[in-house]
Amino acid sequence: MPITVPAYGKEAAGRLASMADVTADDGALRRFLHGLPGVDAVGLEARAAGLGTRSIKTTAKAYAIDLAISMIDLTTLEGADTPGKVRALCAKGVHPDPTDRTSPKVAAICVYPDMVATAKEALGDSGIHVASVATAFPAGRAALPVKLADTRDAVAAGADEIDMVIDRGAFLSGRYMDVFEEIKAVKEACALPDGGAAHLKVIFETGELQTYDNVRRVSWLAMLAGADFIKTSTGKVAVNATPPVTLLMLEAVRDFHAATGVQVGVKPAGGIRTTKDAIKYLVMVNETLGEPWLTADWFRFGASSLLNDLLMQRQKLSSGRYSGPDYVTVD
Amino acid sequence: MTFDYAPAPESRSVVDIAPSYGLFLDGEFVPASDGKVFKTVSPSTEEVLSEVAQASAEDVDRAVKAARKAFEKWSALPGAERAKYLFRIARLLQERSRELAVLESLDNGKPIRESRDADLPLVAAHFFYYAGWADKLDHAGYGADPRPLGVAGQVIPWNFPLLMLAWKIAPALATGNTVVLKPAETTPLSALFFADICRQAGLPKGVVNILTGDGSTGASLVGHPGIDKVAFTGSTEVGKAIARTVAGTDKKVTLELGGKAANIVFDDAPLDQAVEGIVNGIFFNQGHVCCAGSRLLVQESVADELLDALKRRMRTLRVGDPLDKNTDIGAINSAEQLARITALADAGEAEGAERWSPSCELPSSGYWFAPTLFTGVTQAHRIAREEIFGPVLSVLTFRTPAEAVEKANNTPYGLSAGIWTEKGSRMLWMANKLRAGIVWSNTFNKFDPASPFGGYKESGYGREGGRHGLEAYLAPSSPEGAR
Repeated sequence: MPITVPAYGKEAAGRLASMADVTADDGALRRFLHGLPGVDAVGLEARAAGLGTRSIKTTAKAYAIDLAISMIDLTTLEGADTPGKVRALCAKGVHPDPTDRTSPKVAAICVYPDMVATAKEALGDSGIHVASVATAFPAGRAALPVKLADTRDAVAAGADEIDMVIDRGAFLSGRYMDVFEEIKAVKEACALPDGGAAHLKVIFETGELQTYDNVRRVSWLAMLAGADFIKTSTGKVAVNATPPVTLLMLEAVRDFHAATGVQVGVKPAGGIRTTKDAIKYLVMVNETLGEPWLTADWFRFGASSLLNDLLMQRQKLSSGRYSGPDYVTVD
Repeated sequence: MTFDYAPAPESRSVVDIAPSYGLFLDGEFVPASDGKVFKTVSPSTEEVLSEVAQASAEDVDRAVKAARKAFEKWSALPGAERAKYLFRIARLLQERSRELAVLESLDNGKPIRESRDADLPLVAAHFFYYAGWADKLDHAGYGADPRPLGVAGQVIPWNFPLLMLAWKIAPALATGNTVVLKPAETTPLSALFFADICRQAGLPKGVVNILTGDGSTGASLVGHPGIDKVAFTGSTEVGKAIARTVAGTDKKVTLELGGKAANIVFDDAPLDQAVEGIVNGIFFNQGHVCCAGSRLLVQESVADELLDALKRRMRTLRVGDPLDKNTDIGAINSAEQLARITALADAGEAEGAERWSPSCELPSSGYWFAPTLFTGVTQAHRIAREEIFGPVLSVLTFRTPAEAVEKANNTPYGLSAGIWTEKGSRMLWMANKLRAGIVWSNTFNKFDPASPFGGYKESGYGREGGRHGLEAYLAPSSPEGAR
């Protein structure tokens, strides 16, 4: 079995042409993932911090705010969710700022599988997607048939996007093939009768994976298994999306694209609450992946409270003065 | 629409530059004895910022006498008292750091991002660090009661005007010496602002004297019989001249000169971070860094992909207005320096190396040079041997660790080096083999006041920074009669 050495640049395309090789068996997959370039934590964090110092003002800021709004997966993931709560969220997703109809719509409404039908109906033909966290979110601790059933349910109810969580236990104990097969199986469960498929976002829960090397490996693992998007976290643990982890995932996406020609999206989730933070993430996308990724098709924010801060900043830009929390809606 | 960053200029209004400045001599600003002045310009716009005095040999003499007089009282102060002044200076530097950062970017051409985030914090840190040593000299390893040397004549370059001043003045004052310092001709302003800080801090008259001027002022200072110590940072050529001047005298000397550092990337390196390190190694401060990683030695097996990644990264570098907070690469410091960089880059092309720069629009006025990469460079090319002191990177390849060591050391210089590998044992093995004063591993251009800095071979002698930096300003105590 030839070991494919992961590589940067166009030459890599040829070397990775035979994807089957690296995922042929446990050993090959392990050798491949462990052959990826290492990550120097100090350097990665310094680069992420450096990108965070870009000063985004005036026209660039207005552009970034609207872009960020259009990339939001407006989320409610509470045990107490009700149809009423979900419908209110959907209404907000369509018209984020009731006083200003020029505000863009959000990208998707993200709910638990049992709320998909409600969201779908509430959103109607607004064009906003319904994303659903399936696969025994957020722990992922259920048997595969349960996870697949969860996924099929959500897809059948009309979900356009499935956010699955990986089995972190399997990954951390080195059972890469199990994780790979599970992602593949869920991807298959995303298939629609008409031949289409719901978009699959794979959640790593990077806070639990601990090391940057793990984040790079799991990114490649998910992309090899067919993830349409890779996503940092569930938002349900202590450490969620961080700029260095997101930067590392963007770099993995860049390298995967260079090697295979396949474009994969990225979604940081959890803990991104301010416009300033969101803009820092957009700068990272801009300077790592560039324009092709600067759309809601390829970059998303998993957030529930970010939207209001973006709206307040948006109002400030148009009126010249700050409003306040009472000038945006609480839904 | 693409994500174009709108200009984000830092305000100039925080700094008030006077139309003219005198010499800072014995606690007062005075005109040059012969009334001569010269202009200092902003390299990014060629705008005249101010006029400063050109110190004559007579002014040098007056300054040295003032420093000599001040030395008696200053050196007799308890270390803890001297520390108070240094701490006060450090805090004033922090308080005025925004003003000084803008001033430095105006006069030097470096991006505000660097003057604000790198230069000024380090300047203050050096004063804080050496303030801490002032009352602990007995424990520094230079004898039980080491004595100051006397008057230090210090000549600093234009690449980090205020930082080099801090490297020179902080240890000199902490150890009880007094100083006469000559800032570079093209970047005199921040030293004059520092003079004002000395007054603000209530530093006794004559302890710090600042003489602006050109090479002739520096030569008079170095040759003056009244100084006990010469500290110089700058070109190897001038360093050699200084060494000749002081040869045979009992002046102590430290020289921190040129460099042509190897930045060595192995095939198992963390490649994304190595690319950042290479960029930081050569494009930081427009490459006006004596320890810049100007020779990239990359293992052949990863050369292509590393260069692809490096070029991709270089395309995102933003060249332009130094006061814009989003600028990565500012202006070349002077027309002369631009001419030198241009000539050496042209020589690289003429000798057969392949030249590459990202497409970038350079401003129409001021001195600019696009970040440049040379591939296909061999040890025989001038661009692999001579210090360019600009944003120009020469790329060479190697096959084995032994070859990397051999090529890295095959230079008249030896200031710094970088190693990029995930393998700890190789990193340590390499660090022992490299003939360089500083070896960074998996990073580059990191500075800290506690870390000594200095070179091998034509990169000079003596160390600045850290405990080692004290030695250059101290005469070790010795048993009676031994000296």
